[in-house]
Amino acid sequence: MAALPEPGAMTPRPFRVERRRRETYDTWTLSLAPVQGEQPDVAPGQFTMLYAFGVGEVPISVSGPPLLQTIRAVGPVTRALCASRPGTVIGVRGPYGTSWPVEEAKGRDLLIVAGGVGLPPVRPALYHALEHRADYGRVILLYGARTPADIVFRRELERWRSRMDLEVDVTVDAAAEGWLGKVGVVTTLIPRAALDPAATAAFVVGPEIMMRFTARALVDQGLSGSQIWISTERTMKCGVALCGHCQFGPSLICRDGAVYPYPAIEPYLGVREL
Amino acid sequence: MKTLDTLLAESPVFAGLDDARLGLVAGCARTTGFEAGDYLFREGAQADTFYLVRQGRVTIEIFVPGRGALAIQTVDPGDVIGWSWLFPPYRWHFDARALDAVRAVAFDGACLRGKCEADHTLGYELLGRFSPLMLERLQATRMQLLDVYGGAA
Repeated sequence: MAALPEPGAMTPRPFRVERRRRETYDTWTLSLAPVQGEQPDVAPGQFTMLYAFGVGEVPISVSGPPLLQTIRAVGPVTRALCASRPGTVIGVRGPYGTSWPVEEAKGRDLLIVAGGVGLPPVRPALYHALEHRADYGRVILLYGARTPADIVFRRELERWRSRMDLEVDVTVDAAAEGWLGKVGVVTTLIPRAALDPAATAAFVVGPEIMMRFTARALVDQGLSGSQIWISTERTMKCGVALCGHCQFGPSLICRDGAVYPYPAIEPYLGVREL
Repeated sequence: MKTLDTLLAESPVFAGLDDARLGLVAGCARTTGFEAGDYLFREGAQADTFYLVRQGRVTIEIFVPGRGALAIQTVDPGDVIGWSWLFPPYRWHFDARALDAVRAVAFDGACLRGKCEADHTLGYELLGRFSPLMLERLQATRMQLLDVYGGAA
């Protein structure tokens, strides 16, 4: 019998849901393990294409090792993925895309600004910095969410806040009575972080509007564009630079992103047609 | 113990004012304090005082029937609370409530308006310092209105 052909780039590998953890009312983290073979090597910031069989496929950033994927249920595919109980088999392609420049940031203060479900894609970079803590100066996480109920990784944020070697500040856009934390948009946290502009590398991830405002606020603080990286997203279909759905200016986000140096992507962020 | 002039000179909003005008501003100021839960001012009340927060945090909120008090912004040490003393009809549009023990400098708005009327250079200086804060707040409010996280995947 002829050997089966090697799976192509468009063929998902079967992975089993080992654990499922609720992060918020609409966001879940799946821990995935390959049905056969090894876990893939994933660099901080990369994404995979997750396939809910019979429903569809979506790009989801890896939120932790070895293969944690944090998903917000906003459509049929993500709802199906979030509903996947332990034992469910789903398809995985990848990992794909560029990664946070954790090596390049060594020797500098590392500032992470995340908004909403932008925290999961940058969490692996934070894990890396904490594992190699001596390689970085200050490590600062500024996180903004819509409301207290939308804060992801809440228990972990509380643990991070108790660390002496990590500065964490959290704010929400709106809150009802009982919330004792900060209220205001995430950019309001930046001036208070007392950054050393010349010595800071900034990783920014969140909704595109939030990233635009955040990048401008960082430039206002004295950072140059080359010290800022952002993770952007557009509709991705193939994940392997074939279909062109994620074209953004001259680049394809699945191949050239999702993590970009800010100067490479900034000219296109304000282009309405893109 | 620091004098009022020193406290003001160290605050971002008044830093760099010349000594004479700092003295004029200090003449309308006094130190004050609030316990957690105390209101610095209430919606609809006469806006005759504004505050420079020195310690503690304050929440700016509005009461919505059926939903309770909704926080719009929290104010940290070094920030100024209140613009309504600057413009007629001098009434607060929101509540300001201490989240924890707060130490602040309170300013008599009418006193300061009078000094600005008498010394237009002081008025120009102060508007030049307060306007960027109001602009910053307006822009932050617009971002909040955008509800940027609402539709994000």
